[in-house]
Amino acid sequence: MAAELGSRAMFVAGGTDLFPKLKRRQFEIDTVIGLDFLPREIHNGSNECTVDAGVTLADASRDAHVNARFKGYADAAGLVSSPPLRNAGTIGGNLCVDTRCNYYDMTYEWRKAAGFCMKKDGDICLVAPSSPRCWAVSSSDTAPMAIALDVMSLRLRATPEMRSAYVKLRRRGSIDFPIAGAAVAAQLDGDIVTSCRIVLSAVASYPLQATAAEAFLKGKRLDGEAIDQAAELAARPAKPLDNADLTHFWRKRMVRVVVEQALHRISDQGAGFDG
Amino acid sequence: MKNELARDVERVVLFLDVNGERRDLLLPVHKTLLEVLREDMQLTGTKHGCELGECGTCTVLIDGRPELSCLLLPVQLQGRAITTIEGMAHGAELHPLQTAFAELGAAQCGYCTPGILLSARSLLESNAKPSRDEIREALAGNLCRCTGYTKIIEAIELAAGRMK
Amino acid sequence: MRDRPHPPLRGDLPGERGGENLKVVGRPLPRVDAAAKVTGRAMYADDLLPARTLHCRILRSPHPHARILSIDTSAARRIPGVVAVITGSDLPIKFGILPVTQDERALEHEKVRYVGDPIAAVAATDEEIAAAACDAIAVEYEVLEPVMSINAALGVPKDERIQDYGGPNNVHKFVALEFGEVEGVFERADHVREDVFFFQGNTHLPMEQHSAVATYIDGKVTLWSSTQVVHYVHRALAKVLELPMHRIRVIGAAHGGGFGGKTDPFAHEIIVAKLAMMTGRPVKCTLTREEVFYAHRGRHPVLMWVRTGVTRDGQITAMHFRTALDGGAYGSYGVASTFYTGALQTVTYDIPAYRFEGCRVFTNKPPCGPKRGHGTPQPRFALELHLEKIAHDLGIDPVELKRRNFVKPDTRTVNWLRVTSCGLEECTEKVMVASRFRERKKQAGHGMGFAISSYLSGAGTAIYWNDMPHSEVQIKVDRGGVTAYCGAMDIGQGSDSVLATIVAEELGLQPADVRLVTADTDTTPIDLGSYSSRVTFMAGNAALEAARKMRALLVEAVEAGGHRFEDVTFEEASILAEARFGTLATAGSYTPPKIAGPYKGSGVGPSPAYSYSACVVDLDADARTGLITVNKVWIAHDVGRAINPLLVEGQVEGSVYMGLGEALMEEQAFRKGLHKWPSMLEYKSPTFLDMPEVETFIVETIDPEGPYGAKEAGQGPLLPVPPAVCAALHDALGVWIDEIPVTPEKVVEALRRKEKGEPARYGPSAFPSIPYPPTIKVEPPPKDPSATAASI
Ligand SMILES: Cc1cc2nc3c(=O)[nH]c(=O)nc-3n(C[C@H](O)[C@H](O)[C@H](O)COP(=O)(O)OP(=O)(O)OC[C@H]3O[C@@H](n4cnc5c(N)ncnc54)[C@H](O)[C@@H]3O)c2cc1C
Ligand code: SF4
Ligand code: FES
Ligand code: FES
Repeated sequence: MAAELGSRAMFVAGGTDLFPKLKRRQFEIDTVIGLDFLPREIHNGSNECTVDAGVTLADASRDAHVNARFKGYADAAGLVSSPPLRNAGTIGGNLCVDTRCNYYDMTYEWRKAAGFCMKKDGDICLVAPSSPRCWAVSSSDTAPMAIALDVMSLRLRATPEMRSAYVKLRRRGSIDFPIAGAAVAAQLDGDIVTSCRIVLSAVASYPLQATAAEAFLKGKRLDGEAIDQAAELAARPAKPLDNADLTHFWRKRMVRVVVEQALHRISDQGAGFDG
Repeated sequence: MKNELARDVERVVLFLDVNGERRDLLLPVHKTLLEVLREDMQLTGTKHGCELGECGTCTVLIDGRPELSCLLLPVQLQGRAITTIEGMAHGAELHPLQTAFAELGAAQCGYCTPGILLSARSLLESNAKPSRDEIREALAGNLCRCTGYTKIIEAIELAAGRMK
Repeated sequence: MRDRPHPPLRGDLPGERGGENLKVVGRPLPRVDAAAKVTGRAMYADDLLPARTLHCRILRSPHPHARILSIDTSAARRIPGVVAVITGSDLPIKFGILPVTQDERALEHEKVRYVGDPIAAVAATDEEIAAAACDAIAVEYEVLEPVMSINAALGVPKDERIQDYGGPNNVHKFVALEFGEVEGVFERADHVREDVFFFQGNTHLPMEQHSAVATYIDGKVTLWSSTQVVHYVHRALAKVLELPMHRIRVIGAAHGGGFGGKTDPFAHEIIVAKLAMMTGRPVKCTLTREEVFYAHRGRHPVLMWVRTGVTRDGQITAMHFRTALDGGAYGSYGVASTFYTGALQTVTYDIPAYRFEGCRVFTNKPPCGPKRGHGTPQPRFALELHLEKIAHDLGIDPVELKRRNFVKPDTRTVNWLRVTSCGLEECTEKVMVASRFRERKKQAGHGMGFAISSYLSGAGTAIYWNDMPHSEVQIKVDRGGVTAYCGAMDIGQGSDSVLATIVAEELGLQPADVRLVTADTDTTPIDLGSYSSRVTFMAGNAALEAARKMRALLVEAVEAGGHRFEDVTFEEASILAEARFGTLATAGSYTPPKIAGPYKGSGVGPSPAYSYSACVVDLDADARTGLITVNKVWIAHDVGRAINPLLVEGQVEGSVYMGLGEALMEEQAFRKGLHKWPSMLEYKSPTFLDMPEVETFIVETIDPEGPYGAKEAGQGPLLPVPPAVCAALHDALGVWIDEIPVTPEKVVEALRRKEKGEPARYGPSAFPSIPYPPTIKVEPPPKDPSATAASI
């Protein structure tokens, strides 16, 4: 059906990302195809767990099994938007949430007054006028965590040594999208890092993997000094622009802090299976 | 919900369960629950402050859980129990939360009050004796500009105490 | 001019209503509209939908500054469902809240002055059609250079000025007054300090979007609106629609929050009335949230410079205060706002010589106006921090230094303001003790800060000059029922409850027994509305007078029947009185005393009484990130008398909330001529998780002129919060943030400067050179506090 309708149709799950955008005329479509028919359950196996795309963020964040084994994932889901939005918003929708930019997530009238940009209706970028591409920010909280956990189609797999943490920075305690975030998944042997993924939210157009920091940590003891250096490495490639809340200078500086905090959480955490 | 000037809008027949009563409606598909409640059912107790999911004023309960009526389409809600502020009292008897809000002055202008009462009711149904922090967490999607939240928290505690 | 005779003092009240024998006044009773509000039954303007209502949308300017060359509405008119389209030529008469600045049009047809300025309006059978029709209106513009800052407004405009009146370039208003001689005193002072501060603009953000519905029946317009002042809307409608007042009726619907933002008459109110007249059908307009940001009238961004001379032990000897206000595109209350940035400094601190220079400029932004504290939170912020810094210079405890300068009750300030009751000492002591401020330990990253404030209990002069009362109340009693009528508008602060409580107290009833008719220009006598914290004081006094007259009638009738009033029921008393006197109707009114000083501009600042607050903020601040967590706020407020302590606490807590929002995150910011974030997601209003515990202390000084001694609670307690936050931050990290809001990036930057050995502060570096006119020198009042302007 979607194929038939082409670009004039879109899927909708919870609608908490899509509907505000339709109201602001950021998408113009004739049809939305509800995904209510999709399964929406959490299947808990002994060391893996499958979360259907239709599961709400509220349910995912509260699920005991997900919390025990995939703490970072449960936390990320629980930090999205606000309580009523998490009751409607789904994890599938959260993975696909549109990139954001405060020149773009505005009403039609505002965008018209500002001059339309290339993401919709126009042909230049208002943030970086000389740039040939759009710099809207990937603002999903769970997407970086899913990448860090190396998740295929929301099948969360845990080994006994698996730990995960998500740290989100935003102006208020609720409602706000991330302006910087760090998702870390790591396996430790004692306090030695055997594998590790660090993925940043809200600092680029896609969840940004901090490969240098990952490589650095591998085989290291996860102590304060290693965390410091890893955080420094992780922050380096982050290039926030002036299209989200607060200044990009400060946001850049904060990337290091959120990575550090996430790594500290990992080091303080027991392994995934003792929950 | 705004769309293009599609005047020959598609309409659907819907059966909605609102406050325990079945309502039959013929509606344009793109009309939000907020608009349907207020305009087609005269249930104006549900308010709005942004219509973009940002303020929590339009909160209603869907199967007992708070959701934002400005971002819901009735087509998605067939067979689900919708509760609005009008469905909160038992007949002429106020819900203990309503009484506590009145007694402690937790409603000033009262505009955020319906949404906050419904969020609070959902909280107390899953957690009969929430801590202050749990109350703050549960209500963090509902903005209020008048009260500074203090009296709202106190009223929820008072109601929780009485409901046991 | 004469002082109005004081209503009886507490001790002079007749019978048992003297002393503390009050039955309902002072009790934490539920507000009279509580049931309607907790059940969703209260009807706000947007809840009204008369049969056949047309929906109105407004086309707004996409340019901050442009001439309109042409407007073509023909395509819009052709859209099926469109019933009427109007433009500026349909509503050419200008209006504005102040008689001196009638500079707004409901629809602009010559020139637009900010993004959001209304140009055309459509009435259609539904909102979607109306919006589509707005889209179909073609407007040709000649774009002009926008003026987006105070500095730009002071300079020569590139194209043309924004408004064609005011001072040089884009200056709107100058004020320059001097009370006593400051320069000589500065020379003799032991220490003189200068500082510059900036307070960014922010907005009210009421949860309810503005909404208005109009009908036109039998040649008469009726308008329901979410307004704070039915009377001013009434006047503006009469002027622009060219109808006599009696052919217009304005009714205040249940009100979803104002904070000053619904105190001006607005374009949409006039537009729906006009469209109703043209179409003969009800017309409704509810602003979108984005439009609410454009309606604005919020906090002025203010740049401030202050110089103060003190003695070695911290006694203020003279002060010179300069302000520059970014007014946005129109006058609004701006002339008053300008005066207010200089008026109340003297009401908290005894300043023997005082000079004030103020300047408001026009910029291409939505107009600024009155927000909670109207023009005074900005100078309060500057003044409190400035004194804090002086205390540090002198090595004196800041609380002690401020205390040494507190005004005393029953004095007159150097700028002629009459101070009567004043609970500053008591408020300070309350928060000092409760917060254990004096025992706090110096600890990096943790800090406590203290600040005080004062505010009006109603402006002593009306918006338009007249000798009539500011508030009137009528009471009707028949067959045991009581109804009170008053034009006052309950905007959530609880003014209806205050009226009911006062009437109930006098008549021996419960507030819930009193029926109320309020905020309806047809059926209620005048009240100037909910602004400047005037309703409890003014409508309260009017209600008190009307109720006492009614009580006298009842007592007389009962006693004539050989009984004592106390021994009969209210119903019995009312039957006796109705039989004896016929229709039972009494009236009361309140006119503020004429206490303004003998100089031009003295009308802004006088109030029959001032409230006082003191506040302590406790916070943690992280040196690395600049993030601040407010742990707790203690606040004591001298409300005179708490007619209902629940309402007072609610006002105080709400003020603290709004003060914290302004201090830490709220910002009406612009980028490239546009409002940067006209949405509730990007404009940051604190959530449940951002609000600390607040401990409130009510201090009662029983004001000699307030009803039962009451003053105000709705605005004053906001004022000390931002400076207390900054003082606490300095306590925690040793840096001054001289600019509101205090965002983490500013804290980090200040710390960086400190590390580099530069001044440990973040804030404006200089105050612009402003061509203030020659200062008007005003002789300070004689020391005798009972002296009035007339006796000079
Ligand atoms: C005020 C506000 C604050 C918010 N704050 C945050 C925040 O802090 N962090 C955050 O991450 N998000 C935030 N969001 C965005 C949004 O609420 C969440 O991302 C939510 O998880 C989206 O889920 P949904 O089911 O509602 O998605 P929808 O709106 O239904 O869909 C979003 C997108 O995903 C597509 N989609 C949905 N499901 C599927 C599927 N199963 N298969 C393929 N495509 C699919 C849709 O076509 C659409 O393009 C916020 C939204 C609002 C209005
Ligand atoms: S980054 Fe540039 S192109 Fe992308 S949405 Fe923002 S302004 Fe438009
Ligand atoms: S109206 Fe603001 S969230 Fe729905
Ligand atoms: S009571 Fe007014 S917004 Fe909450």
